[in-house]
Amino acid sequence: MINNSKSGMSLIVRTVTGLVVCFIMLFGIYIILHGHLSPGGGFAGGVMVALSFVLLVLAFGKNAGPARLSKNLASNLESIGALMFLGIALLGFAQGAFFRNVLGKGSHFDLFSAGTIPLSNIAIGLKVAVGLFAIFLALVILEKFKEGQ
Amino acid sequence: MGLYFLCIILFCVGFYGVLRKRNIVKIIIGLVIMNYSMSLFFVLLGYRLHGRAPIESQSQPIVNMVDPLPQALVLTSIVISLAVMALLIAIAIRIYERYGTFDITKIKNLRG
Amino acid sequence: MAGINIIPLFVVIPLGAAFLISLFGKFIKRFADIAAIVTSMSILICSFHVMMLLQNTPGKLLIYKIGGWAPPFGICLVIDGLSMFMLFIISLIGFFVTVYSVAYMEKYTDKPKFFTLFSLMICGMNGAVITGDIFNLFVFLEIASIASYALVAFGTGHEELEASFKYAIMGSVASCFIFMAIAFLYGFTSTLNMADMARVLIYKQGNSFVPFVGVLLLMGFGLKSALIPFHAWLPDAHSSAPAPVSAMLSGVLIKALGVYSLVRIFFNILGATQGFLSALMFLSVISIIIGGILSLSQWNLKRLMAYSSIGQIGYILLGIGLGTPLGIFGAMFHLLNHSVMKSLLFLTAGSIDYAGGGKDLREMSGISKSMPFTAKMNLIASLSVSGIPPFGGFFSKLIIIVACLQKGYLGYGVCAVIGSILTLSAFMKVQKFAFFGEIKDSSRNIKEAPLLMRFSMAFLALFCVIGGLMLLPGMRFFISDAVQVVVKGTGYSSVILEAVLK
Repeated sequence: MINNSKSGMSLIVRTVTGLVVCFIMLFGIYIILHGHLSPGGGFAGGVMVALSFVLLVLAFGKNAGPARLSKNLASNLESIGALMFLGIALLGFAQGAFFRNVLGKGSHFDLFSAGTIPLSNIAIGLKVAVGLFAIFLALVILEKFKEGQ
Repeated sequence: MGLYFLCIILFCVGFYGVLRKRNIVKIIIGLVIMNYSMSLFFVLLGYRLHGRAPIESQSQPIVNMVDPLPQALVLTSIVISLAVMALLIAIAIRIYERYGTFDITKIKNLRG
Repeated sequence: MAGINIIPLFVVIPLGAAFLISLFGKFIKRFADIAAIVTSMSILICSFHVMMLLQNTPGKLLIYKIGGWAPPFGICLVIDGLSMFMLFIISLIGFFVTVYSVAYMEKYTDKPKFFTLFSLMICGMNGAVITGDIFNLFVFLEIASIASYALVAFGTGHEELEASFKYAIMGSVASCFIFMAIAFLYGFTSTLNMADMARVLIYKQGNSFVPFVGVLLLMGFGLKSALIPFHAWLPDAHSSAPAPVSAMLSGVLIKALGVYSLVRIFFNILGATQGFLSALMFLSVISIIIGGILSLSQWNLKRLMAYSSIGQIGYILLGIGLGTPLGIFGAMFHLLNHSVMKSLLFLTAGSIDYAGGGKDLREMSGISKSMPFTAKMNLIASLSVSGIPPFGGFFSKLIIIVACLQKGYLGYGVCAVIGSILTLSAFMKVQKFAFFGEIKDSSRNIKEAPLLMRFSMAFLALFCVIGGLMLLPGMRFFISDAVQVVVKGTGYSSVILEAVLK
């Protein structure tokens, strides 16, 4: 992981990134999962998970691991996240109305409570994380315009 | 009351950027400032005197909270402005590849 | 499917189809085409079903509470006469333009992405016309607008990127004004439901507050519907976009997002005062004249049609600004006619471009000999939009002018007639330069359009011709239901609140 190539940033940045990036992603996942208990939720947590990948690409250069995520895979994961969210919303039809909270609601302040809200948070978190990282890749590692294309 | 006026002043600063700047990136920055100032204004509307953050927890009773509805709506609005900004920056990069400049006075193929 | 549960499907089906096309369009060949056609046909069938359901309901009102939560705590979807009218127009034109674009977009790379963005735009427009909550209207407005910014830039050529950038900046500024107005309204009434907000505004008498919010909303929605002086994005965006996108933008989007939202908020929530109606009428008459004059001097075919769109939106808003039932009837009828006519015009311009005939009027000549079908379709649409009997456009313009004279505005009526003459001369210019005359070399070797494109154009031309039949007593219910909703004004909120409590 400690590479000496010309791309990427200095040695101090690379070392600290290697130590810290896992905690950033873990914190992002914590914010997604506890969306119904504390502030945050799907969008904020998804942004943090995406930014942990962006930090890796910034520190280690354009050839780092996550930068080789192909556009197809990013687009497919994003669509799967959106379809999961739509599926959870359609589950509400089972109890009468669209988007109704159909799963069991446990006791207050538990992690596994509040019905379909944590599942929606996970779907949104996946979509936002992959989407933001794909936007970063598309803007930074872009293909040059060729004449006559 | 002064805080609301500061939000409107920030909105006017962003609007000035959209109207008078010649660089495409500065126009985009002005638009982003406009969007953020409106989000701030909306959240400030929910303030109640001596209110606390609207989070339900085991130790504190559910009284005297600020209005939580504007906070949920502003979350949506921030996502929308993020999407618009990403699209605008992608268009700006492609414009730079085609025209070779960021100056809007030189990007004038469509006239009349 | 139980009757009322079909209402959320107007938003769910295009949204699901958009992401399914994005997921599977690359693996399976022709999946994007078939899925897009199936989606738009199912939305059309759903809208027919809801129209039957609405006619059988006493009170002509369908309310659906999302998640089972009753308003004002939850979001409710409301379908009344006006929403049904707009929903039908969106689904009809969406279906025909989808069928057309299956053949047209062969010339562009990456068709699955086009259908993803197109389905998202239809989802946004459907959501905007059926929702009963003002912030939900803003969110769906943004979904449709962002999809249209990306669609205008789809070909990534020089002009398309410049046009899309102008459109995106101006559209975002307008959305910011609308958001500011919604923030002020929430701060004053502390509710977001449209019916509840109308009730609170009657009760609280905001005398200096309502005109301020009205001006902000007029600026924001006026830009979305291309009213003068907020029209500057429209000629560039509608002339540089691919032809099905131009047809959808000019035929449906500026009406579903601009005119519908203006009518809904100003007549049903804020209460239309005389000052606002006079301002709207003044701006719309200027739109008619300036749109007509500027469209005469254009040499680019699609740019001429885009300027003529500005003029026709002026007619629609003139009818709405009159405030009388006859004026609003004429405006709604003209909205229906203009959607069909302008879409057909853009589709014919697109088929000329697809066959290689070029975009500039000075370079084409005598196309009626090499593409006879397209020439006939263009002739039908041009005569209809200029107001020649017995096509549909004549009846709607006549009703608007008669309503103008009935209320005593002679000057505005004369301006409307002058606008009609200017439109006629602009489209006769198109006919002379593009279709009749000696055939040039550049226009000689082009073939007729493919079958799918001819199918869409033929059906839209059929609607142009039989548009006058909407005035028959059996068919008149479609438009007069919409007029009833607008004329009832703020009294409408009590009807909705009673129906919700049942």
